[in-house]
Amino acid sequence: MTPEPHLLPNGRVLRYSYRERLVHWLAGFSYVYLLLTGLAFWSPWLFWIAVVLGGATVSRELHPWAGLVFVAAVLMMYRMWASGMKESPADAAWWKAVRHYIRNEDEQMPSADRFNPGQKLLFWGFLWNGLLLLLSGVILWFPQYIPWSLRFLRYLAVIVHPVCALLTIGLFIIHVYMGAAIERGAFGSVIRGDVSRAWADRHHHTWYRQLLRDSEARK
Amino acid sequence: MSQATLGIRAISGHAGSVPGAGVERGLEVCKLIDTTTCIGCKACEVACLEWNGLTFSETTFDNSYQTMPETSWNYWNLIKFNEHEREDGSMALLMRKDQCMHCEEPGCLAACPADGAIVQYVNGIVDFQQDHCIGCGYCITGCPFNIPKFSPTARKVFKCTLCNDRVTQGLEPACIKSCPTGCLHFGSKTDMKDLADKRAAQLREHSGFANAGVYDPPGVGGTHVIYVLHDSTNPEAYGGLPKNPTIPLTVQLWKTPLKWLGNLAIIGGLIGVFAHYLRFGPKIVEEDENGKQGARQ
Repeated sequence: MTPEPHLLPNGRVLRYSYRERLVHWLAGFSYVYLLLTGLAFWSPWLFWIAVVLGGATVSRELHPWAGLVFVAAVLMMYRMWASGMKESPADAAWWKAVRHYIRNEDEQMPSADRFNPGQKLLFWGFLWNGLLLLLSGVILWFPQYIPWSLRFLRYLAVIVHPVCALLTIGLFIIHVYMGAAIERGAFGSVIRGDVSRAWADRHHHTWYRQLLRDSEARK
Repeated sequence: MSQATLGIRAISGHAGSVPGAGVERGLEVCKLIDTTTCIGCKACEVACLEWNGLTFSETTFDNSYQTMPETSWNYWNLIKFNEHEREDGSMALLMRKDQCMHCEEPGCLAACPADGAIVQYVNGIVDFQQDHCIGCGYCITGCPFNIPKFSPTARKVFKCTLCNDRVTQGLEPACIKSCPTGCLHFGSKTDMKDLADKRAAQLREHSGFANAGVYDPPGVGGTHVIYVLHDSTNPEAYGGLPKNPTIPLTVQLWKTPLKWLGNLAIIGGLIGVFAHYLRFGPKIVEEDENGKQGARQ
């Protein structure tokens, strides 16, 4: 139905299919809503966010539903990307050289596949934290149904939920910063889907070589 | 309404100062419940329902005097009955009127994220303001006494108000008014503490209750509802009165160290990425093979 990543006739490379982009933004928009309403409940200094978003009662009602949408999107990502996100033996060398990546010395980085190890960390970080947020979130959604004898579940949930949320906020800040500011071409890839050949070769060399080989084989 | 009065000492989910903190001179109130003279008549339960105009709730039968297992959103005052077997094999019917304890350091208020949904008055009463309540139920988790209850229809949380509306008019709470044995007393915290200590001493010295004592748990800073118990070493026997109640540890961790750590981490992260951008700037892939700009955006 949706085309796999491939070389486009216009000389560019399809990096994210329509479905991948759609799921990404489903997760993206639901996460931003969760983040904003969650921050409103996190600190009295940020409670105004909930007021702006239609009142804290509305935020409290909708936050769990947005959470379900977010987790559903993350699970769809798991189906699409889990194989590409598997840890590979080459990852250790990449992490060892990560200071070059941070300093934009990308020519000194080991070759990366379709997803580099940093993206893998982001993916698994969001997946596991997302699942923990879901489990603790269900308890926080219906605290009145947790009997007094099982109150330890509520005590766990009120600490697990913010801890996992904070971890995702860390990932989110880095992800948005890299996607929108640092990695020129990345934002376009998740909107229109394509990147230039030079971009693919520079940042995902192993993946790009494979695409070239596939394209040769198809001829 | 709640935030306009100088009688307010603490406000939940509130950024900034509190209007009445340290302003108004007033006595701290206290309800004293002498479990040794309670006869379990439930007049206090009825008076509570009548005064507060609460809707009726279903009762359950469990082969005892217990009307329902615990308080509910529309039943704020419930006597807990326990057929307690003493060490010598004799039986004691322990009866304890259960309701909000009006903690000096309320866990509900600490856990509540909604501005003004829970207030603590200068006189010690902890009151829920349902018009500000967002129905999240964090107070349910913050309370060590299992008191705040969620109403599925109102989608707000309710509990005993210590008849704040009566107390501000110089009346005692409805339950106190109705008690036929005089086991309920209402007055200033110091007076009630004195009375309770005297009664406990009397029980120890003249009635053979060697462990009689006053329940005013320090773990929540003391409470504005205190009990005289025949055996203060075993409050659990009185329908699960916790021995050393405190705000749950995870609620404390979440509301203090984690909040500071998290806020610093978020602000540090934002400053960090901005500083990184100033230092290193974007990654730009120069030219494509076919001469087009590498990045098209």
